[in-house]
Amino acid sequence: MIDRIFHGGLRYRLILAAGALMVLGGLVAYAHQLTNGLGVTGLSRDVSWGLYIAQFTFLVGIAASAVMVVLPYYLHDYKAFGRMVILGEFLAVAAVLMCMLFVFVDMGQPARVLNLILHPRPNSVMFWDMLVLSGYLLINLVIGSVALDAERTEAAPPRWIRPLIILSIPWAVSIHTVTAFLYAGLEARPFWMTAILAPRFLASAFASGPALLILLALALRRYSRFDVGTKAIQALATIVTYAMAINLFFVGVELFTALYGGNPHHTEPFAYLFTGIEGRGALMPWVWTGQLVALAAAVLLLVPANRRRHRILAVLCALVVGALWIEKGLALVVAGFIPSPLGHVTEYAPTTPEVAVTIGVYGVGVLVLAMLYRLVLNIRERFEMA
Amino acid sequence: MDDRLRIYGGAVAVLAVLSFPAWRALGSTASGTRPELPLPDSAACVEDAAYMTAHHMDLLADWREAVVRGAETTHTSPEGITRAMSLTGTCLGCHDDHEAFCTQCHDYAGVAPRCWDCHVGGEGGG
Amino acid sequence: MGATRRGFLKGAGLATVGAGLGLPILDPARLAALPDGVRESGPLSRLAIVVDVDRCRLDGVRQACIEACERAHNVPHLPDPAQEVRWIWSETFGAALPDQVHAHTPAERREAPVLVLCNHCEEPPCVQVCPTGATWKREADGIVMMDMHRCVGCRYCMAACPYGARSFNWRDPQAFVPTRMDGSPYSDYPMRTRGVVEKCTFCAERLREGLQPACVEAANSVPGGQGALIFGDPTDPSSEVSRVLRERHTVTRRPGFGTGPNVYYVAPAGAGAAADRGGPS
Repeated sequence: MIDRIFHGGLRYRLILAAGALMVLGGLVAYAHQLTNGLGVTGLSRDVSWGLYIAQFTFLVGIAASAVMVVLPYYLHDYKAFGRMVILGEFLAVAAVLMCMLFVFVDMGQPARVLNLILHPRPNSVMFWDMLVLSGYLLINLVIGSVALDAERTEAAPPRWIRPLIILSIPWAVSIHTVTAFLYAGLEARPFWMTAILAPRFLASAFASGPALLILLALALRRYSRFDVGTKAIQALATIVTYAMAINLFFVGVELFTALYGGNPHHTEPFAYLFTGIEGRGALMPWVWTGQLVALAAAVLLLVPANRRRHRILAVLCALVVGALWIEKGLALVVAGFIPSPLGHVTEYAPTTPEVAVTIGVYGVGVLVLAMLYRLVLNIRERFEMA
Repeated sequence: MDDRLRIYGGAVAVLAVLSFPAWRALGSTASGTRPELPLPDSAACVEDAAYMTAHHMDLLADWREAVVRGAETTHTSPEGITRAMSLTGTCLGCHDDHEAFCTQCHDYAGVAPRCWDCHVGGEGGG
Repeated sequence: MGATRRGFLKGAGLATVGAGLGLPILDPARLAALPDGVRESGPLSRLAIVVDVDRCRLDGVRQACIEACERAHNVPHLPDPAQEVRWIWSETFGAALPDQVHAHTPAERREAPVLVLCNHCEEPPCVQVCPTGATWKREADGIVMMDMHRCVGCRYCMAACPYGARSFNWRDPQAFVPTRMDGSPYSDYPMRTRGVVEKCTFCAERLREGLQPACVEAANSVPGGQGALIFGDPTDPSSEVSRVLRERHTVTRRPGFGTGPNVYYVAPAGAGAAADRGGPS
């Protein structure tokens, strides 16, 4: 099974080559960062977390979204997701791997990473985040490979897998809740300290993850013989639609709570994002585009005809992923630091090495995902050609 | 035939990688004998030479924990001499050239402790 | 061939996971060292600084304090202000104590420079979030300490500090540490390396020798600076700090957060009073 992992058509090899190039560029940039310190990034004393941690936040959502496929299939016997489940689980594996890599590249002293295990501190949410992410990676790897194995041998999966699958459902919710708690427990950052942060994270995860999954499923359908089925895609599209609507509602709730009362601690980060403060508003074009695109995509998704036509659906899903990436992978983390605790506005923009490292980590994800999906296709093809 | 090439080629590559430490040093000018360390002529060390050779890394780690995180700050040697638990203060107070003393032996042993990333400067306090 | 290879991969995977889970068991003593940041029953003593806002106005006083601290700890001067390292520095009264100013606070008060530093809080959020225990609140005297050896540079503490008191070494600081004319550093305090967080530690290493913190000593030796920084134990009724806290009106930074800072600011007698007097009383 694994021996065929590098075999595939030209398209597959191009994907592997692209991924490898991304990783190579990332490694060179990371070596530069290791030698010279994190000062090569755009981070500062005031904005001490940026692109890396923002990607981590966005990707935890993608990882958690596997539950949107696992839950209906395993808990409610929604047979239509039969082929989608493995895609979701392997997407979760690639996403969690990238999450952990993004945290790693963000560390000032990565050689000391084992200190997190050697000196556990349960009072720190970061300790729990490390635990739940590692556990989730393990769970999904096991479930995914067992499910694949079962398909390959055309036998039923072993009975012990079922409690593990059931466990993965609350576990998926927990990884993103714990990540939200990283932010939401900090008095120093009123932009983040809101009870709705965890629900918001989950809503945007359940929109962006399935949207990405739809795009992957459509691509596989177009370029290979692997077809998850129209019903599965439609069901996921419905999930994306509702999740987007809920996410927009949550954003609206946040805006109202912050802006109506007018407490400057709450309004200022929003002001920085949407109108700029003291003429500094580097994120304004991103944030306005993101929110308007999100709104447009959410409304258009409400129309069933749009969801049924796969070309339109693909565009809308891409817009959803893009808009939510801006929201979580850019705006959320940076705005938490502006203004600083002393009222200063220090802006942040990623530097070239920082972007290169980011692309490098995404390259790892591309490689892992492509190879895992290659495995799925191999099994499927053998099964179907038998 | 294709497979055999891959298997043998792979085996050679793996063996080359695994034996890297052995052949890497070939042709280097580093001495194969234990270096002669310049010893200071001042008073006895914190502990005797045999103990220090074998355990100085543990001693320093204990001192670090004691001074930074604990309450102990002085070490009493078997002779009853009390000294401050300090790398730059006590150790480098006598072994004042860490390149000549520490690094020579570390290079020979092939270890690279990171003390000198931070503990640079004069005597006392570190 | 496929079955044994899969078996090997599974075995290797399980072995790696097993080794990882077993790491803490390798040294059980480390696992037991939990109570670093957790205080149990009642503080033994506490340490606090009272900052006299009026006396701080003198540039000479503030500069002396800052320079003394930076020299005592080999604090680097980074060229890029966005990535600077600061243990004690000046901020305007309005920026440091936003809860003490309002729309009609005169500019002269609002813009007055005050010294700010780590507050060594009673309930430090930085300690709460540190995943490795690289920062903790010392039981004996309440100082929020830093262990540069353990810090992994995750910067969670920097996100958690409501006072902006912490700095990260974005690059190797050693090239930027001011030295004497002959190139030797001002102090033997270990310099830091890139990738670790640092902050004021109330000069724990000087307290050990029975000395006052560097900034306090410097303020007291500068004309007009005597009493600009008062250091002592607020739980000891006979200390100077206790006396000032009892007799004068003092405020802390961002009291609403519940962090319980141990740096107090003696509010000036009246708005513009210092300017009328032309200096501290």
